[in-house]
Amino acid sequence: MKADSIGVATGAHYLDGDHACSEGSIAAGCRFLAGYPITPSTEVAERIAVRFPKVGGMFIQMEDELASMAAIIGATWSGVKAMTVTSGPGFSLMMENLGLAAMLETPCVIVNVQRGGPSTGLPTLTGQGDMMQARWGSHGDYEIIAISPNSPQECFDLSIIAFNLAEKWRVPVLFMMDECVGHMTEKVIIPPAEEIEITPRNYYKGENGSYMPFKFNQADLAPMIKAGDGHFLHITGLTHDERGYPIINAAAQEKNVTHLVNKIRNNVEEIQIIEEEQIEGAEVVVISYGITSRVALKAVDYAREKGIKVGTLRLVTVWPFPEKRIRELAKDVKALVVPEINLGQVVLEVERCAGGACKTILVPHAGGWVHDPKDILTAIEEGAS
Amino acid sequence: MSDITSEMTSPLNIPEPEETLKHPMEQYLRTERLPHIWCASCGIGTVLTAYITALQKSKLDPKKVAVVSGIGCSGRAAGYLRLDSFHSTHGRAIPFATGLAVGNPELKVTVISGDGDLIAIGGNHIIHAARRNINMTIICINNFNYAMTGGQAGPTTPESANASTAPYGAYEYPFNLPFLAESSGAIFVARWTALHIRRMAKSMTKALLKPGFSFIEVIAPCSTLYARRNRLGSGLDLMKYYHDSAIIKHGIDTREVDIDFQDRIVVGEFVNKDKTHFLEKRDQFLSKKLGDKYVPYKGPNSTTSTMKEEE
Ligand SMILES: Cc1ncc(C[n+]2csc(CCOP(=O)(O)OP(=O)(O)O)c2C)c(N)n1
Ligand code: SF4
Ligand SMILES: [Mg+2]
Repeated sequence: MKADSIGVATGAHYLDGDHACSEGSIAAGCRFLAGYPITPSTEVAERIAVRFPKVGGMFIQMEDELASMAAIIGATWSGVKAMTVTSGPGFSLMMENLGLAAMLETPCVIVNVQRGGPSTGLPTLTGQGDMMQARWGSHGDYEIIAISPNSPQECFDLSIIAFNLAEKWRVPVLFMMDECVGHMTEKVIIPPAEEIEITPRNYYKGENGSYMPFKFNQADLAPMIKAGDGHFLHITGLTHDERGYPIINAAAQEKNVTHLVNKIRNNVEEIQIIEEEQIEGAEVVVISYGITSRVALKAVDYAREKGIKVGTLRLVTVWPFPEKRIRELAKDVKALVVPEINLGQVVLEVERCAGGACKTILVPHAGGWVHDPKDILTAIEEGAS
Repeated sequence: MSDITSEMTSPLNIPEPEETLKHPMEQYLRTERLPHIWCASCGIGTVLTAYITALQKSKLDPKKVAVVSGIGCSGRAAGYLRLDSFHSTHGRAIPFATGLAVGNPELKVTVISGDGDLIAIGGNHIIHAARRNINMTIICINNFNYAMTGGQAGPTTPESANASTAPYGAYEYPFNLPFLAESSGAIFVARWTALHIRRMAKSMTKALLKPGFSFIEVIAPCSTLYARRNRLGSGLDLMKYYHDSAIIKHGIDTREVDIDFQDRIVVGEFVNKDKTHFLEKRDQFLSKKLGDKYVPYKGPNSTTSTMKEEE
């Protein structure tokens, strides 16, 4: 389906990442945002607050992030595309109901403009320390999709992908920006609506009375309905069957939870978006995401000047992790270098997948600023030696 | 059918009726989910019965009515109602319901949940939903304790009442729920006990038909935990207590309806006023401010991106 032209601000703009994310979400068909102000993500909500009344959208500022997350699940089942926006502390408050969204297979988008943590940490400065929380921050087993843009243009383009993936896989999608990308201003081209591809909600078309909200461990997912359609839907955060009815035993748990996990894990290659450059014949590959992928380029330039064969792999989707691709890569290179603005999160996955086939070198940064490219260069040199 | 059960079902060899009689409320119940989980002589079922009566009386199209519950014994109510029904997380029924009610303005949303769920962990949400005057009806089943988890003290446990986490008696000041609801902005506030089935249903009908944030507290027996621990007798004894101690005082100042342990319970319709609800107010305000530039929100029909293909 093509995007609804109402809401697509076609043209060349000069936007920061937060504002570009708002525009991308509107273009994607989002018409409901429930949120609570927090630096450095507030601008996303502020722009939406200005734009929604002019494009038929509903912005509601909730009393906290627990409420925001719960509200977007309700809104999604009322029949709209919905999102919430937050940073560190608010992201923590969303975790319980993020689990509910995963359990109810509710498509929705949660934007986290990451700042330094833990706790109140660095409200105005960057970080990438919420990556593991994004993956498993709510209790129990489930899988989500996480996307990490590295420019305002991508904040626009990938917001649309985020909403599309949410609908396709009936899963919450975490849009893991960082303060640098959120507050960086660059040229953003918004294409005409007819050039924007939107995944519409897959609505059930059958008779009233025969609808089942879930389909476990099959090739396709159950379609959705919206409240008010006369299907008398019931859904619960308790372990449930395909009717949505609670069943409290190990067999039901097995069916329900393996489905939540496997619908993503078994389709990693279809979901994953990775960008590779000069991997062919590389001795070292730098694996990075978000703002760090841009900083790493400088280090890669320095290394190439020194004659080191370096490739790059950028995780546009960080979760699900492109396990197969990393395993393959590890066999062909001397080292995988992983710079990230935390003290070692995504690197754990890289190391696991490499399985000792090559060196894995973390370039940590505690947050508050981006890496000095020289630190990444040192790691590349170490890897190549 | 085994011999034993056939003997049990027709001991006098009375022929089975051609058509089994239907429960008059069957249309509104997920009969396939029965029996329910509630204890014998629990008050929650009574509240559900009153709610279904109110739905029938209100003549609302059940297709357009959604129910949301949180977590708790009371929070299981949504699961038995044949409506669009949602069992959310502990404390978050109201914001979930806000998403539904604001998300699709065609829906009439009811929240049925417990005192712990709505007033303790969900306390912040109830005051804000009332302040915004979201179009929804809250039915708070107050059994003076956290029943689902084994009878702990909560924000409505009367002073000196015993609970598993107040083994020597509760000493905190409990909330006065009608006062809390009114002062937060509720436009309709009532309280009944599980004994007042008809009056409770009548208030629920009014609430369902009234646009805006309505709040009904129902004092209900938790016979298994609260009553047993406090040696209050059986469910029937509690009904007798309600009968003897409830005083109907419509329109009374909500500041005067505190509940003390096994003391009198003031019931009635305390507040009934008109106030523009959230969606209407937003619409009026923004169309005035933005004029031609304002595009009203139409729920799922706001954009082609969320419409159904047929539409
Ligand atoms: C976040 C969270 N904390 C605690 C619980 C455990 N819990 C389940 S129900 C409940 C209390 C329910 O009390 P109330 O709302 O009064 O319902 P009742 O069982 O009394 O009807 C608690 C604390 C939970 N499910 N989730
Ligand atoms: S424990 Fe109490 S509230 Fe829960 S079902 Fe039994 S009687 Fe009712
Ligand atoms: Mg209770």
